[in-house]
Amino acid sequence: MSQTAVTMEAPREKSWGTGLSAGRKAYDRGLRALVWLCAGLTCALLLFLIGYILYRGLPGLSWEFLTTQESLLKGTMGILPAIQNTLYVVVVTLVIALPLGVGAAVYLTEYATNHRLVNAIEFATETLSGIPSILYALVGYLAFSNTLGLGYSLLAASLTLAMMNLPTIIRTTQESLKTVPQGYREGALGLGSGKWHMIRTIVLPGSIDGIVTGCILAVGRIVGESAVLLYVGGMDSTLNNFFASLDKFAHSSGATLTVQLYVFAKERAMMDPAFTVAVVLLALTFLINLAAKVVGKKLRQK
Amino acid sequence: MKRTQKINPLEAGMHGLFFLCGFVAVAFVLVITVYLVISGLPAIREVGLVDFLFGTTWDSDNKTNPQYGILPFILTSIYGTAGAIIIGVPIGFLTAVFLAKVAPPKVASAIRPAVDLLAGIPSVVYGMVGMAVLLPAIREAFNLRAGDTLLAAILVLAVMILPSIISVSETALRAVPREYEEASLALGATEIETYFRVTAPAAKSGIAAAVVLGVGRAIGEAMAIMMVAGNAPNMPGLFKSVKFLTTAVASEMSYAADGSLHKMALFSIGLVLFIFIMMINVGLNVILKREKE
Repeated sequence: MSQTAVTMEAPREKSWGTGLSAGRKAYDRGLRALVWLCAGLTCALLLFLIGYILYRGLPGLSWEFLTTQESLLKGTMGILPAIQNTLYVVVVTLVIALPLGVGAAVYLTEYATNHRLVNAIEFATETLSGIPSILYALVGYLAFSNTLGLGYSLLAASLTLAMMNLPTIIRTTQESLKTVPQGYREGALGLGSGKWHMIRTIVLPGSIDGIVTGCILAVGRIVGESAVLLYVGGMDSTLNNFFASLDKFAHSSGATLTVQLYVFAKERAMMDPAFTVAVVLLALTFLINLAAKVVGKKLRQK
Repeated sequence: MKRTQKINPLEAGMHGLFFLCGFVAVAFVLVITVYLVISGLPAIREVGLVDFLFGTTWDSDNKTNPQYGILPFILTSIYGTAGAIIIGVPIGFLTAVFLAKVAPPKVASAIRPAVDLLAGIPSVVYGMVGMAVLLPAIREAFNLRAGDTLLAAILVLAVMILPSIISVSETALRAVPREYEEASLALGATEIETYFRVTAPAAKSGIAAAVVLGVGRAIGEAMAIMMVAGNAPNMPGLFKSVKFLTTAVASEMSYAADGSLHKMALFSIGLVLFIFIMMINVGLNVILKREKE
């Protein structure tokens, strides 16, 4: 008993104390070693991934690679079209998904009183977030490319991605709406404000951080997505002139960064440019994670 | 929510607008379901449900006598997912124990963003690194003609599900009341015994949720494994080139002719995958609901 008392008093220092039977000692040490081993493995994996991608990709990274398009005539090898297409998809998707997502979150937290309806909407959001992207690609192809006649286009891909990212925006907005103190709402309503006025002036400004976090997470998913963009958005790598006309805006197709990477690596067996695109994607992922963290921290401080 | 003031048209309009936004998510799910069912059924009807689900040959390129049996894809998806879970869950769970309990706080807070980064890396990047590193390694190690095998896909999937398993199980482990651990320590159990025999069982529904989430991720992944699995419609074998449900759709979508039975059959595969995913989602919901109670 005296030894167990020691472990109780100072568990951290004496976790394999002197009084344990050989079996318990082995269990303790064995599992502790395994835990460290697995954590080490995870870290080693990440370090290897990053190190290997940088090692293979960095030599090809240059200003020219980022700012030109691939051209046999000029002998340039660049990914500017992919960067432009990625930007287009991110912006158009957010323009569609953001109002819908924020609106849905406001409805769920501020208006909805019918429990069954709330449950239905929440079930739908969970379902949407569980559907894999290849199924979104199928539905996007059927619904937007065929039924709506958009064909292979970045607009059709953006519409599909808006469906896909709706749950993320709804969830983060909802969480942040819940942090706005109930008293603020009651105060505004008590002073005679209408509900919409209250939402516009009190609730939404108070939850802007959550909305921004939702956007950042969505951007991360959009940048990393590939199946939808490949099968609905197309895979050309020539520069698009989106703003030349409405038709160009609606019907341009092309590869984003992830699709460009896939085309380089799998279709054309050009591993070096593929790794350089991966370096760009890695940097973007890092920045997006960092931004989400900074905004999240601000949210918690409030 | 009784309103005493008279109804203002702007207020009513905004209420309606917000309701519509809320309803959009439901509408999307309905649209997805309807499209997948309507486009997925014709080929199943033509081929026959039993022949479609349990047929062992998929020979869509055969002009005279094409065959559309998807059993190889179903089994490959199941084997591949199981393999990824068998490798990914123990490593992920033990890493979560490390982050939540064993690691010094400073070390844990350095590793956590790294795990987030792992989660954010696009799937094609995993596929590409798999192509560049894993395939030659597997070819050399097992003396194969090509490294594009089920084994390569399993390893890539295991890495890809790792971050979600780590973060969900870590959250579950942290949610266990401190008193449980204190009681166990006071009774003379060591820290490690406490984590594995008290904390982990108490967090079991959260850990189960992590596993189910991992299953969902693994069964739905397409692009990364398309780059390493070889994409031949073989019955699964660890060292064979295989096609998953997802990669069958992904690899043939671009060349199947519009309106052909071939394309219809791809939509049917999509429907089968959708049913799998819905079952997993329902399972996940049940587990999460039980946890809340």
